[in-house]
Amino acid sequence: MPSICLYFQVHQPLRVKRYRVFDVGINHKYFDDNSETNLNNKKVLQKVAEKSYLPANKILLELLKKYPEFKISYSFSGVFLEQLKSYMPKVLRSFRKLIETGRVEILSETYYHSLAFFYSKNEFVSQVELHKQVIKDTFGLSPKVFRNTELAYTNDLAFWADKAGYKAILAEGWDPVLGWRSPNFVYKPKGAKRIKLLMKNYKLSDDIAFRFSEKSWSQWPLTTDKFAAWVNAINGNGQVVNLFMDYETFGEHQWADNGIFEFLRDLPRAILSHPDNNFVTPSEAAKRYPAMDEIDVPGIITWADTERDLSAWMGNSIQSSAIRFIYDLEKDVNKTRNKKIIEDWRRLQTSDHFYYMCTKWFSDGDVHKYFNPYESPYDAFISYMNAATDLKFRIEKKLKSKN
Amino acid sequence: MLGWELPPYNSGGLGEACLGLARALSKNGVEVTFVLPQKVDLDYDFMRIVFADIGEDFKRLQNSYLSYRQWVESYGKDAGSSPFDFISGALRYAENISDIVKKYHTDIIHSHDWLTYPAAIAAKELARKPMLAHIHSTEIDRTGGHFPNPIVYKIEKDGFENADKVLSVSKYTKNILIEDYSINPNKIDVIYNAIDKVSIRNLPPALTEMKNLGYKVVLYLGRITLQKGPEYFVRAARRVLEFEKKTIFVVVGSGDMLERMISEASYSGILDKFIFTGFLRGEEKNRIMQAADLFVMPSVSEPFGIVPLEVISNRTPVMLSRQCGVSEILNHVLKIDFWDIEEMANKIISVLRFRCLHDDLVNESGKELININWDKAAQKCIGVYNQFI
Repeated sequence: MPSICLYFQVHQPLRVKRYRVFDVGINHKYFDDNSETNLNNKKVLQKVAEKSYLPANKILLELLKKYPEFKISYSFSGVFLEQLKSYMPKVLRSFRKLIETGRVEILSETYYHSLAFFYSKNEFVSQVELHKQVIKDTFGLSPKVFRNTELAYTNDLAFWADKAGYKAILAEGWDPVLGWRSPNFVYKPKGAKRIKLLMKNYKLSDDIAFRFSEKSWSQWPLTTDKFAAWVNAINGNGQVVNLFMDYETFGEHQWADNGIFEFLRDLPRAILSHPDNNFVTPSEAAKRYPAMDEIDVPGIITWADTERDLSAWMGNSIQSSAIRFIYDLEKDVNKTRNKKIIEDWRRLQTSDHFYYMCTKWFSDGDVHKYFNPYESPYDAFISYMNAATDLKFRIEKKLKSKN
Repeated sequence: MLGWELPPYNSGGLGEACLGLARALSKNGVEVTFVLPQKVDLDYDFMRIVFADIGEDFKRLQNSYLSYRQWVESYGKDAGSSPFDFISGALRYAENISDIVKKYHTDIIHSHDWLTYPAAIAAKELARKPMLAHIHSTEIDRTGGHFPNPIVYKIEKDGFENADKVLSVSKYTKNILIEDYSINPNKIDVIYNAIDKVSIRNLPPALTEMKNLGYKVVLYLGRITLQKGPEYFVRAARRVLEFEKKTIFVVVGSGDMLERMISEASYSGILDKFIFTGFLRGEEKNRIMQAADLFVMPSVSEPFGIVPLEVISNRTPVMLSRQCGVSEILNHVLKIDFWDIEEMANKIISVLRFRCLHDDLVNESGKELININWDKAAQKCIGVYNQFI
């Protein structure tokens, strides 16, 4: 002990192209940008695959072959898998190879990487079901552990997941929620019966995901032995260290030049050089360790920003108006029973669309700006609302023709 | 400090910028002697004001922003004064500067725009002190690059070349100096303009009748000249009206392209959706700004552009062209290229349709304004002074 539980989030949204008011009613393709900008979904996917997914998969496959004790887990959004199938089947094959080792767990999430849980329970459940299906079809697996978009979590969500039969659910190990308790144990959500709660050790996770290349950080450069020593220090005072991060950490957020792949390649050796350490998948962690206490999260916590809330997605009025607009269409969308309309509506629910409209710190040119393919949050809103307006007209037209 | 004008005897942004900077410099411990070409009745207690007395003939030379071509168009052959009087005014300024240099001690000669450069060069030679050429507007901006007056251009270039440092009001202008005047980039520092912090109260509403009828108001405010892109505003308006019929386009300002603007609107059959108010000042100007749902500045070439800052302090959202210096320091505004009529219309329509977009732009740009002040500009300026003292 402790056990290391690695989970990587893999997601790419379908970004809305520059869609003008003049396109409304004429052009119903919202996601097919083919410019040289970062609105070109295919181009972004290819770039990230070359920089991150392919080299990281190659290393992880080597590691799984080399260390029989090594285990990892992924959560893939449905929109990501869809794009892989259309544009980069090669990447999908390399993920399959990893999963064939039998030591890679796949987690459950919403197909459209949405925040539907907080707006429509029915829609949320539909998207989880769709996701289950795509995981079954693609990898032949049935996920047993749930994680919500942006790790957005509340008691209510845990209660739902418990009833749905999941073995575990993931959340941020946020201090105000944990209090004096450590994230390095397994817990039980308040009000839940069987489900276990795994909480991200954000300090150690972010040492890799955010601080790895930061030269001003006192611990820079981060070596695998140094990192393993921090893990070893938990020995006797914790059972599981949950390292949760975006998969793009490897090669996209932290660049290859800064040695992130060498770090990844050497990490299992360093961790396993201590005889008490081992690796687990989330469902193994839930099975192996008892819940030490009950965790109460009445309000939403996420893994984002210093606030650990959803303010980066729904904090300003353009965001809340856009998200309200799209969920207000739900009833009519379902009435159309039109596959294409329902799919476009769901694609417009992906949380990234709202994230691009975030205005906090826009002036500072920080992480929010870096990940924004639009010139400004306002440009993101304008294209989004024009597309959503077109969708609304399509729905109205469809319903009219039905009556 | 050598200037051409100060408020209230000013024709535009130059006087305002000089005053704002001089006031903040003096607040930050710099003793400013401000030289004007001719005597006017001014009462500023934070600096010494002296006059070069270039003569009565030049009293009517008020508008330092006219380009040669505009001058000819607006005054014709019979005009009592010609642009050459401007040039001779600038030269007379230089002739008269020696008395002032002898009389008042200075460590730095800081001059604003081409009209003061000959005097500044003369002062530099006489006083043997470092000279800074501050540039607020180039002949290239004023003419859109078409037929710049060669003498004015030459005076500007001489000013930059003789200066120990050139201060430009934006990166946009810095690039013009590099591209069109072949000035060494290392010699140019950018000091952005600002506005004085004034909390503008809510004024009695304007245009109420139309607003009560459900019309939205899109505002153009500025000189109606080639440099400001008025024709692009009319073309965008035409496109907007195809989608949002209840929109009124209010044009505040005057200039040599007013007639063209009117005839273009008339030709497009949308003149009934336009209101031309002429030039407005003070409270009237603020009231119009507050009444507008969106302010649009489609400038073709704008070294800085102070109006967007005034509009933001009146809590109205701003759209401006990327060809404006001020767009470099504003994030929470909508940006377009002045020639991109479709994008301009797309964004105007979005602001008119989605109140939340209007609201977030107002709130966020308002926060941004807090960091745009003359103190910051003055401190940067003092940093430059210290390199030479």
